[in-house]
Amino acid sequence: MSKQFDILVIDDEQVIIDAVNKICSAEGFKVDTSIDAKDALEKLSKFSYKIIVCDIMMPDFDGFEFLDEIIRREISSPLIMTTGYSTVENAVKSLYKGAIDFIPKPFTADEILNSVIRAMKYLEVQKLLQASRLQKDDATIIYVPCPAKYYRLGYASWAEEENAGSILIGVTDLFLKTIEGIEEIELQKIDEEIIQGNQCASIKSKDRLVHTVLSPVTGRIIERNEEVLKDVSILEKDPYFNGWFYRIIPSESEYELKQLIPCSSDRL
Amino acid sequence: MKTMFNQIGFKLILAVGVTALLTIGIFSYFNIHTHSTSLLAEVELGANQLSETVIHSTRYDMLLNQRDRINKIINTIGEQPSIRTVRVINKAGAIIYSSHQADIGRMVDKNEESCYACHAANKPLERLPIKGRTRIFRPVKSAPRVLGIISPIYNEQSCWQADCHAHQKSQTVLGVLDITISLEEVDKQIQKSEMEIIIFAITAVLALSFIIGFFVRRWVVKPVNELLKATNQVGVGNLNYTIRDRRKDELGMLARSFNNMTQKLSEARMQLFQSDKMASLGRLAAGVAHEINNPLTGVLTYSSFLLKRTENNPELHEDLKVIVRETKRSREIVKSLLDFARQSVPKKNEANINEIIERSVLVVENQLTINHIKLIKNLNPNLPTITVDANQMQQVVINLVVNAADAVGTSGGTISISTELITLSPYGITHIKKATCPKRHDLTDKEYKIDGMPSIKLKILSPEGEDIVHFDPVYGRNRHLTNITELKNDAKVVCPQCNTSLMEENVKCPKCGSAVISFDAPTQGKFESCTSKSCGWQRWDAVDNEGKREYIEIKLSDTGCGIAKEDLARIFEPFFSTKGQKGTGLGLSVIWGIIDNHNGTINVESVINKGTTFTIHLPLKQVR
Repeated sequence: MSKQFDILVIDDEQVIIDAVNKICSAEGFKVDTSIDAKDALEKLSKFSYKIIVCDIMMPDFDGFEFLDEIIRREISSPLIMTTGYSTVENAVKSLYKGAIDFIPKPFTADEILNSVIRAMKYLEVQKLLQASRLQKDDATIIYVPCPAKYYRLGYASWAEEENAGSILIGVTDLFLKTIEGIEEIELQKIDEEIIQGNQCASIKSKDRLVHTVLSPVTGRIIERNEEVLKDVSILEKDPYFNGWFYRIIPSESEYELKQLIPCSSDRL
Repeated sequence: MKTMFNQIGFKLILAVGVTALLTIGIFSYFNIHTHSTSLLAEVELGANQLSETVIHSTRYDMLLNQRDRINKIINTIGEQPSIRTVRVINKAGAIIYSSHQADIGRMVDKNEESCYACHAANKPLERLPIKGRTRIFRPVKSAPRVLGIISPIYNEQSCWQADCHAHQKSQTVLGVLDITISLEEVDKQIQKSEMEIIIFAITAVLALSFIIGFFVRRWVVKPVNELLKATNQVGVGNLNYTIRDRRKDELGMLARSFNNMTQKLSEARMQLFQSDKMASLGRLAAGVAHEINNPLTGVLTYSSFLLKRTENNPELHEDLKVIVRETKRSREIVKSLLDFARQSVPKKNEANINEIIERSVLVVENQLTINHIKLIKNLNPNLPTITVDANQMQQVVINLVVNAADAVGTSGGTISISTELITLSPYGITHIKKATCPKRHDLTDKEYKIDGMPSIKLKILSPEGEDIVHFDPVYGRNRHLTNITELKNDAKVVCPQCNTSLMEENVKCPKCGSAVISFDAPTQGKFESCTSKSCGWQRWDAVDNEGKREYIEIKLSDTGCGIAKEDLARIFEPFFSTKGQKGTGLGLSVIWGIIDNHNGTINVESVINKGTTFTIHLPLKQVR
């Protein structure tokens, strides 16, 4: 590996490559770009990149194929997906396949930047985890993985089926670890509909960045956790139980839960 | 252009006119014929009587040979206007008396037509019936007809013993009396009645044609023209045209059914138009969204980036804020367009069930191999395509296979899936979706379901007390939930809300003779059932009349642990689970909902420790 980059941007639109390049470079990241996925794969074999930002809808070789390919090549760089055809299926499918984040186009400078910053943080956490595993140091808890019964969308939000048929929704500890301290949480109102793969909440971090939380399932909000709104520390202390966001009545949970990653698979 | 001869009204009038003309014509012919024959017979009889009278009245004078008196009598008779001539001809053929004096003494030719009847053979006949003695002829052409009658004057004892000794004993006929009567009056009468009948016939035919024409115009031509106008209107695309025809005959029915058809067509066209519009709008929206999102990303990223860098320049900052805000607004518009496009895409499509099963199996294959479960597929390759929501059907199959795999466990076993095209009569398949008592109370009970379908709640009133029966909503299946084995004679089945009797008076079960209950299945007529549990006779005419239908049958069996009998009735209920904490109890209820939405049925049979079989029937063609 002769050269080290922070970010590889893949998009078939030059203007987007330029924009992302400009935004990320301004923050001090070292950016490389590629106009198509095949060229990107070539670059990946030559150079190393910390994270990859990839468009889904591209001619010839699309983002999903690219994702399959980097998994096959065992390239560990986290992948952020973007697409103009921002359907729910795209978002959920890419997260299920192993992308860590999904940004629907058009995005603002902050949205892409925040996602990149979180990805960098994610990378750091993963490195820490690996280091502690190597040292067989079980005492230091890097982050708390979500309970076995839970399902997660990407690494960020979780869903838990309750016995009454309702579903609880919240964010994972790992997601919180990629944020520099929570300052404020913004939730939707009761009776509103949230849709799988679409924004359902936003978290403002202490570095004044706003982070979007994607909903893991579709349904109508019947209850929201007012406690967590009042006291954000609850979320940091206990993201899986007391720190839940919404209780919803799902509309298609049977199908949608299959699109999520079961947390039990994290413990294999 | 249609000519008059091609019009249905004209053809009908022509047919009726010709028939009437023929009938009246034949009738008139025979009528006139009989009339004239009887008139002539009357004249003949009169003439014969006259002849007899003449012969008798002159007999005495003849014996006394008083010729003057005879002449006088004959002349007096001959003076009557209808009598042309009265002649007496002797054996030699000479006219000895005549009402025309000039004729007396003239010889008559034996071959003259008045003599022919007797003298045709060489030896003259002596006796002739009255028919032979009369003749009708015209003395001169164009003169009125004349009837002649010849009466022979026979020899008698007094003739040859008379003093004059004119006749000998051996003679039989002494001469003949010949009377001719003019038929002018009779002919006139016949002609008159002929004329009358012809006038009557023409009037009758004309009147009949006119009346028929009037009613044909009123009952056929006008409504047909109205229908023609309507079809032309529909032909040019005006589906809102309705025929204002309130009559109750066949054409009125045709008009109403035509109106019904155009209304249905119009609705179908509206629906097609609407879904077509939605689909193309959806495609357009999706296309636009995709195309516009990239340039919009350029604008939004650059402007928001600039916004971040110009925080020290308030003037520029405010302007950029506007740009970012408005670009974000465009983003929301595009997003809502995409949301709309997704909604409008129709979910049901033509699909091959086998392909759906193959795809579903792929998803779970790994899990099955891990658990040492053998999957046997027995799919009929010649299945026709069926209109279903492929995603939902896939969900059904995956769920059932996963359930089966859970039932089999990790110790190994088999799951088999088969598909088949079958034809079923409605008996044992169709389920009563709605049931009401005569007072329109809803009898369906959603709390108590039998195989996932709301049962029909009935109350049994007997002197001992009340009881509730949950009646199986599937036609002919008879899996009722009840403690009662046989209905007692004094018990009554009633509506649980209003106690109105559901017993059928005067109707006995055709199979076992027990009492019969009935209730309404709204829009699908009356449902009847025998009250004897062991008999199980049921009748549902409306459904039976629809006849047999084709279904695709999907059978999924496993060799798993089976389902307990008491659970079997409840497995399609939401939140009912035998898996404890592992399941949500929603899977099978969702499956049931999906199959029900496709107007299909799902049934389960299970034997503990032997296995479970789910059978799904999907109708090939949707009704109504």
